[in-house]
Amino acid sequence: MTSRVEVFVQLKEGMLDPQGKTLEHALESLGYAGVDGVRVGKWITFEVQGEGREAIERQVDEMCGRLLANTVIERYTFTMREAGA
Amino acid sequence: MSPVPIGVVRFPGTNCDQDVFDAVAATAGAQPVWLWHKETGLRGVRGIVLAGGFSYGDYLRAGAIARFSPIMERVIAFAKSGGPVLGICNGFQILAEAGLLPGALMRNDRLTFVCRDQPLRVDSVRSPFTASFRPGEIVRFPIAHGEGNYVADDETLDRLETAGRVVFRYVDEDGRVTAAANPNGSARSIAGIASENGMVLGLMPHPDRAMSLLVGSEDGRGVFRGLMEAAA
Amino acid sequence: MTVAMRDTPVTPDVVAAHGLRPDEYDRIVELLGREPNFTELGVFSLMWSEHCGYKYSRAWLSELPSRGPQVVQGPGENAGAVDVGDGLAVVFKMESHNHPSAVEPYQGAATGVGGILRDVFTMGARPIAMLDSLRFGNLDDPHVRYLFRHVVRGVGDYGNCVGVPTVGGEVVFDDSYAGNPLVNAMCVGLLRHEDLMRATAAGPGNPVYVLGASTGRDGIHGASKLASTELSEDSAESRPTVQIGDPFTEKLLLEATLELIASGAAVGVQDMGAAGLTSSSSEMAARGRTGIEIDVARVPRREPGMTPYEVLLSESQERMLVVARPDQETALMAIAEKWDLPCTRVGVVTPDQEWRILEDGDEVCRIPVAALVDEVPRYAREVDAPQYLAEVHARMPGPAAVAAIDPLAAIETLLSAPTIACKRWVWEQYDHTVQTHTMLGPGRADAALLLLPGTRSAIALATDGNGRYTYCDPRRGGALAVVEAARNVSCVGARPLAVTDCLNFGNPEKDAVYFQFVEAVRGIAEACRALDAPVVSGNVSFYNESPAGAIHPTPTIGMVGLLEDRDERPRGEAAGGDAVVLVGANGSHLGAGCLLSEVLGLVAGRAPDVDLEAERRHAEIVRSLIREGLASVAHDIGDGGLAVAAAEVCFGLPSGLGIALDLPAGDDSPHGALFGEDGARYLLVVPAVSLVEVRERLAATGAPWRQAGRVTDDGRIGFGAVGSRERNELQRLWEEAIETRMENLEDQR
Repeated sequence: MTSRVEVFVQLKEGMLDPQGKTLEHALESLGYAGVDGVRVGKWITFEVQGEGREAIERQVDEMCGRLLANTVIERYTFTMREAGA
Repeated sequence: MSPVPIGVVRFPGTNCDQDVFDAVAATAGAQPVWLWHKETGLRGVRGIVLAGGFSYGDYLRAGAIARFSPIMERVIAFAKSGGPVLGICNGFQILAEAGLLPGALMRNDRLTFVCRDQPLRVDSVRSPFTASFRPGEIVRFPIAHGEGNYVADDETLDRLETAGRVVFRYVDEDGRVTAAANPNGSARSIAGIASENGMVLGLMPHPDRAMSLLVGSEDGRGVFRGLMEAAA
Repeated sequence: MTVAMRDTPVTPDVVAAHGLRPDEYDRIVELLGREPNFTELGVFSLMWSEHCGYKYSRAWLSELPSRGPQVVQGPGENAGAVDVGDGLAVVFKMESHNHPSAVEPYQGAATGVGGILRDVFTMGARPIAMLDSLRFGNLDDPHVRYLFRHVVRGVGDYGNCVGVPTVGGEVVFDDSYAGNPLVNAMCVGLLRHEDLMRATAAGPGNPVYVLGASTGRDGIHGASKLASTELSEDSAESRPTVQIGDPFTEKLLLEATLELIASGAAVGVQDMGAAGLTSSSSEMAARGRTGIEIDVARVPRREPGMTPYEVLLSESQERMLVVARPDQETALMAIAEKWDLPCTRVGVVTPDQEWRILEDGDEVCRIPVAALVDEVPRYAREVDAPQYLAEVHARMPGPAAVAAIDPLAAIETLLSAPTIACKRWVWEQYDHTVQTHTMLGPGRADAALLLLPGTRSAIALATDGNGRYTYCDPRRGGALAVVEAARNVSCVGARPLAVTDCLNFGNPEKDAVYFQFVEAVRGIAEACRALDAPVVSGNVSFYNESPAGAIHPTPTIGMVGLLEDRDERPRGEAAGGDAVVLVGANGSHLGAGCLLSEVLGLVAGRAPDVDLEAERRHAEIVRSLIREGLASVAHDIGDGGLAVAAAEVCFGLPSGLGIALDLPAGDDSPHGALFGEDGARYLLVVPAVSLVEVRERLAATGAPWRQAGRVTDDGRIGFGAVGSRERNELQRLWEEAIETRMENLEDQR
């Protein structure tokens, strides 16, 4: 089975995100009022082969915790679906 | 007495490897030894330097990929057994990613790379790396990084402060900690920290670029002398 | 031309779409003895473009001096090389990446840096420095700020990652560059003479490899389309032809290539950057007087379904073409594997001087090498001076209009003009200390000064070029670019050795532009001859035009100078009571200068006259005073004249010090003395104890000079009877001019 995985990585709530803050200012100065809480993150996609949804989920979770996100400063979520589905 | 072998680790994308190699070679009593990232042994070195650069292009996060290379398993074990390890710039980022030092290094608050001559204050001489400095001494090392904004939670920062593990801080010309003198937004202007036993030092500024008055400063010599003495 | 089908018929429209003239097409048919197929047509359009074939410029470039005892490698290779003693040679070249940077500033600038780095390390030299000469429109325009911000970031990110210090360059802002910025990157490398590698496909039977990144569809026709036509409203749509840079792979390629050359496994190495596989393979064969046969099916690709046309014309970055020794394949592969780089055998050197391309064994192109490389059409014509020159000269304001300018206000305007202002915002984004040999980096002196490891000597590096001068006086402008670089190099005590030139002009098919080009090249040639600084490498960039018109013609000169003893450099020390000495005549020439352009918004008058003998003599005087420790600071007098030079010297002195200038007596209007941009002039700080000796020395030379003031302890900068200002106040204007503009929050894109 091939699963299509999408991982989202963002700075944890409460961590200062200078990039997000800068974008927020820029949007404001472009005339978009009421914009708040801009955060910039990463979106990582890949396909993974394997059997058993739970086993794959465990594996992806491990990938995120070990490499794709730095859990000192970042949090992550991911979605999975069968490729081609 | 035969010179103390000091390993200089080269990852793909490391670009201060030769600078560090030369700095070790210029340190009396030390002998630099190359360590390739694919190696699984340490060639008998007694101290290790992780040099600056852009290991694996700093893709994903600075230091994130290098941390999993074969040599790092040995470096981590070496540090845990009490061996001296110095991480400069990208080396500091790798040490933090590997969990050998607490906290993380984020993108500079101004969002741009910054290269300048930076005054630093030596805030702790407990670590062997700073044993030859005076407490509160002002030194000058160049900085050159895009992701040097040191962050950790308040509890960790307090713990580092009380244990004398904050080794270098960014200061102005007069030795004062000010927001303007902080080049990257680091928490409490922290430029370098040490492990609990003082044997692992990570810092963003480059002592390897401060080895000769011909290039503006020789204040970095003390750090390499400290490394050699800790390794001897 | 989104889909390039191999069996597309070659019609006159298709020929025209490839930028080839009907008579050029006829010549191709004559050379081949038949009609070219579609792929061959694409290959000719590339190789006969200005970017690859120099068809409009080559005839004039041969007038540039390129020989001298110091020259190790002149033009015609990937880069030039000069001897710097101790068995070492310095390899260097400057190249433009203007149009890619106009369309996509970050990647355009980054890949410009990548390309010039490869030109240097394919010669076997380790890159030790980069300089960047940049031109943008008015910084008050948000689009210009966007281009500036991203070009600087692109230059920085690439060079910083590869680990080559960016030690100098220039940035100039002028309306003429608004739609067409200039990004000229110079790379300097170092090697031992015996390690010099040439890009030759020698030895029939030798295997040919592609080392490095895989090939994608990026940059197809980048050189011929982007670099050899004017920018139009549609150029934003050209984004797919802009290449994406990968500095990490470049760093691996650098290390692998140097290791490969040192191992002796390679016969020849060439970058596959601009114009890709086609130009690299045909040029290597041309140099080796051999043929080459390549099977495009073997070239590793990033995308499926690529045609031979696309593989041949792709400008994917970070790739090398390597001709290896036949018995060294294992060594080559081991090096590639060590650096995690793909390396694939794609062809062979042949004895027949044919450029032959196969796809899975079937022939798709067969062209004599000479037809691609040596038979490029050359266009040289004599044209008359264009009408605009007389108009520009006549526009020079009269003495009354000049006298009406408030000099102190003008000084403030000049110091806060982005062209003159401090460039810290730029160079702090560049790593200028990696490799630990930067003695004088950006912002420290008129030229960068680099230690040569293992020796007593140092090299000085500078880039210069003045588009306004060249627009007003093409011949003088060409010469002034050279002498300005020579003055800068002399100000750190070094002697000019050789230059590289990057010639940025508009559309050469227009007579006015062609005149500017021909005259500027003549000016460069005269100055290089007089200063004994041959041109060892270079690049021509035409078609720098936007809908608003052509850029100011901008020949940029990159100069390498040698300081045999690094201790004989200016020490930068100063104290109150030291003398400020002017070497050269008092200023008077305001034409084409910064006072007119920045204060009156005028491009008018003639450029300063060029006295090459005075340039040569005065530079020698300044170097000898520095060498003997008699001048602790040296700064050439250029943009904004004596007033700006004195302020800039003052800003480099320890805090608290000031300068009090004396203006020449008996002058009714101080404007000429303060703002004149006459040539061959320097401002020196002479220690008080050395003043008597310096007076005697200068008197003996017969050169014009005077004591123009002194260093003071009062922290003010005084301009004679005109008045004075707090140094800190002026310094703040100068330091913050660019930073303040770049902090504009609306910009963050």
